[in-house]
This record gives sequence, C-alpha cells and structure tokens, in this order.
Amino acid sequence: MTILEIKNVTKHFGGNLVVDNISIDIKKGEFFTLLGPSGCGKTTLLRMIAGLVAPDSGQILLDGVDITNLPPERRPLHTIFQSYALFPHMTVADNIAFPLKMAKWSKNKIEAQVNELLEDVQLSQFKDCYPHEISGGQKQRVAIARSLVDRPKLLLLDEPLSALDARLREHMHMELVKLQEETGVTFVYVTHDQHEALALSNRIAVLNHGTIEQLDKPDIIYSKPKTHFVADFLGKCNLLKAEVLATTNDAVKLRVADSIEFSIKDPASSSYQLGQIGWYSLRPEKLKLSSENNFNVTHLSVIKSKVNGYYYYGNGTLYELDLGNDTKLQVMAPNHTSDEVKFFVDNSEIYVAFDPEAGNFLDTGSC
Amino acid sequence: MQTNKLSKVFLFGGIFTFLFLYIPLIVLILYSFNDSKINVGWVGFTLKWYKVLFADKEIIHAGVNSLLIAFTSSSISIVLGTLAGVALHRYKIPLLSGLVMVPVATPELLVGVSLLLFFLMINFTLGYTSIILAHTAFSISFVAVAVKSRMFGMDDSIIDAARDLGASPFKAFWLILIPTILPGVIAGGLMAFTLSVDDFVITFFTAGVGATTLPLAIYSMLKMGVTPEVNAASTVIILFTLCLASIATKLSPQIFK
Repeated sequence: MTILEIKNVTKHFGGNLVVDNISIDIKKGEFFTLLGPSGCGKTTLLRMIAGLVAPDSGQILLDGVDITNLPPERRPLHTIFQSYALFPHMTVADNIAFPLKMAKWSKNKIEAQVNELLEDVQLSQFKDCYPHEISGGQKQRVAIARSLVDRPKLLLLDEPLSALDARLREHMHMELVKLQEETGVTFVYVTHDQHEALALSNRIAVLNHGTIEQLDKPDIIYSKPKTHFVADFLGKCNLLKAEVLATTNDAVKLRVADSIEFSIKDPASSSYQLGQIGWYSLRPEKLKLSSENNFNVTHLSVIKSKVNGYYYYGNGTLYELDLGNDTKLQVMAPNHTSDEVKFFVDNSEIYVAFDPEAGNFLDTGSC
Repeated sequence: MQTNKLSKVFLFGGIFTFLFLYIPLIVLILYSFNDSKINVGWVGFTLKWYKVLFADKEIIHAGVNSLLIAFTSSSISIVLGTLAGVALHRYKIPLLSGLVMVPVATPELLVGVSLLLFFLMINFTLGYTSIILAHTAFSISFVAVAVKSRMFGMDDSIIDAARDLGASPFKAFWLILIPTILPGVIAGGLMAFTLSVDDFVITFFTAGVGATTLPLAIYSMLKMGVTPEVNAASTVIILFTLCLASIATKLSPQIFK
C-alpha cells in the first residue's frame, strides 16, 4: 500500500534545476533510501516532503491527501536533521514533549508519553539534562524520540548518522532498523553513504543531477546497475569499454581493450546491435584469479592478463591488472584461508575468470 | 622560557591597562567622600555630598528623566534591533549588514547635528520625544549587531525543526528563536541602556530648551566648577553601570544552556 506519492516534482534554485520531474511511490512501513552524491537533489526532495521547501511544480500526497501546499506544522510527519536540531534551551524531556505541547495534549498525557519514549531510547536518567550535557549518540536518540513521540505517519531522516564516529554509526544502523520494524513507521532516509543505504533499506532510489538513475531493492541496485553512474557510485566497479562482436540465442560476444574477447550471457541478447559500443560493468569481488588456466568449471569466461600491483586490505587483497591499451581491471581476492597470503607478483601472467552473468552491459547513452 | 617571558609581558600589560582605566575612577569615587569643597587634598571622610546630591531636586529630576529615556529607547530598540538582527542573519543582504554598523561608527557630533536638522526640517518640537527617538536610532544598531553575532553560531535547523514538530511560524519564533538568541538580545539591550544613560552629545543637540538629562545636568553644574557633588553623582552612575554589567554576566550563562 502506498503511503507517500511524489508526482512529477520539480524544483529550481536560482537558475539551477535541482530536482527534475521526480516521481516516486513509497510503500507503507518501508525503509526507503534516497542515495546520491552531494548536490544530487536528495536533501531538497526530502525538504519538499517535509514542507520546508515548496516545489515549483508537481504534487506530494500523503495517505492519499494532497499535502503539497500544507505548511510543515500541519503535515503528520517529522524530520530528523543532520545536526539533530535539539532545542538548546530545553531539557531532554522538554525537547521530547515539544510536539505534544504543540498538539495541545494534556499535561498528564504528555508526561506519560514522554516517560515512555525516554524508556524506549534508554535516556530516562538524562531527562533533566540539557543537550550540551549529553553525548552525540544520546543527542541522536533524543532527536529520534522527539520525532516519534506523536507517532507520525512518516519519518524523514537527513543523513542522521554522519556526525557520529564509525563504530557508533554501525551500532546505530542496527538500532534504526530495529526501531523501524518495531514502530512500523515508514522511513525515508537520505544519505550519500552507499554502505548505509545497502545495509538499511528495503528499496533505494539512486539520484544524480536531480533525476532518478535507478530505483530498486539494494541487491538489484548493487548487482544489476542500470547506468554507468549507478555502477560507479555504489562500491568498486570495473567499467570496461566494450564492443558487441556477435550475438546468439542468449549470449553476446564482447571485445574490450581492442584485443580481449569474451562471452557474456543475457536473455535479452536480441536488443544488442553488432558494433555497438557500451560499458561492461564487473564487480572486483566477482572475479577469480589463478596463475594457470586451470578453472575446472567450463562455463566461465576467462581472460589472460598481467598483474600491475596490489593493495592489501586485510580481509581481501585488491589486484590491479593490465588488460593492455590503457585498460585496467581490479580484482578482489578474498583472504579466506588461515595461511599466510601469497601475493601474485607484479608483471606475472595471470588468468581471470568470471561467470558470464556476473556483469552488465550498459549502453554508452547511459553515462 | 620564551612563552614564560611572553606571558609575563601580557600579565604586566594587563595590569597596567586596568590601572590606566580605573585609577581616575577610583580617585573620583574617593573624593566624593572627601570633606572639602574643592577636589584638592584629602581632608576627612564624609557622606554629606551624597546628602546634598539626593536633596538636589534638579539632579534627581534629571536622573529620573535619564532612566525613563533609557528605558523607553532601549525597549524600542530591543524589539526593532532584534528583528533587524534576525533579518540580517537570514537574508544576508551584503550592503545592509555594513550599513547597520554606520551609526555605531559615525562621530556622535555628526549624528547629533543631522538629527537636529532632520527634526527642524519636519517641524518636530524638540523635547523628551525627540531625545528618545534619537537614542533609539543609534541603539538599534547595537542590538542588531549583538543579535546577529549571536545567531552566527546558531544551528539554523532548529527553526525548521520547530516548524516540522508542529509550531506555527510565530511559535517557532517566540518559543525557539527568541530564547536561543536571548543572551544577544540582553547584551545588546543593556548596551543600549547604558549608552542612552550616559549620552551627552546627541542628547545635547536634540533636547531643545526644557528637557534635561543627568549628563546635561552634570554638565551645567560643571560650569560652576567641579564640586564633590558631581563626584557623588558620578559615583552613583558608576555603581549603577557596574550593577547592570554584573546582572548581564550573571544572567547569560544560565540562558546559554
């Protein structure tokens, strides 16, 4: 069931088109993420949902009701700001009580509800502290409690974890997912951190230059990127310029770096044109390395190459291979044995194997 | 060693500066307790100049005028200056933030003369109203600058958050913005109040014939020589200013939370 409908929303700032005719349907109870680099329009879109910025055109519907022209205080949703935006002159308890006071709840009901929320976020003993007296993680939890205290239909989160250190951030990831499942409130989450987006979301919309590049589940976004931008923005990805040499039933023969040829599998092979140039995207961890061509699985595609260098990451080692003609290929080799890692030395010959379905052929028009 | 030497320089420099600032004031206060009609040589302790001061109806009248003028003009400039400071922070119009400083930097003589010409041009009768208007005009700048600098370090999203959590624009302003910038408002307001109490030049030009304030009254007493009564009046003003300053610093840390 759809709870939030964004219909053809557009926004300019000055002469710049920031959000370009975006439409998204967000389902009830979903953890939805807007992911993109800074300046892609994700925060502007979020602020338009919150009512803090008015769209130039388009409509926003919450639960079937057009809220496009409602002021922020009359929208049954709340925002968690990057800076938490706690009121510095109010105690933790007063901060959490604020939305209830605005909604004119009775004193007793406010106190009971605030105490319940304080317990939920384990901050009961800090209720009389001022925001400057508590830690960043605690401030974060106060902001969350304050935004959930009157059970909004939608919670908007604007890079809420970016001010926390890495360890606390990971801890908060789990907390957020748990909280979202417990409360059942729909979350719309804005971030530029791809790991965060992949780990937290039910669905992700990848934004670039004010438009949606791809909208899908995290695993699809990661393994089947539709555009050059998505492949490049999420994780490490090899993007090889490739030419279509031949197509058969469900296989396509590609040539990269002028000399290396291999076959890929694609049921939609009929959509390829001979001589077409595009990008072949391959994730470094989907490639296997061996010093001899002894992959005993026959269906793999194999390329012969040369080692150019490596970076030791601990859990894996990233090799950079030279395919010739200024084309590089990165391969992530997992260090999954307890033995000492034996590195492939520079300039040695090496064979790379991958599943013909591991990568994706992207039209050049999509970059 | 180098830093040690440097810190000694700062220490002595600081002590010297304070002595330079306060020795004349201390002498003035001491002589207000001197049992002599002229300010030369210590004769003995007395409180009689204070008795003379508080029996002097003209001085008391002028003092009450000064307080009323200061209260009215600083109240008006707190309201207008706060609005101006908030607007300057929010809209960041380049020329305006410079222009608001002009009254602070302009020589008082110029301000006084220009106000006098302006009042005459619009046929405004000089008196207490014109003094209040003149004091308000220069006080607004001080409040606006104090509020603007207070807002500079403020997290702007708290206003968005207030709206988002159900506050109307007015409630967001009154319940969230005002308490947050209150230290700036108070600092600016107290500055406006003290500047109004001791302003001489601008008041001199805009007072007209009948109106008088404490600085004007003291000035006219000086024409007959510096009597210890002037010292006593000055001591009262100094104590009053000190009280205001300490109230301001006492209030601020609590409001800062």
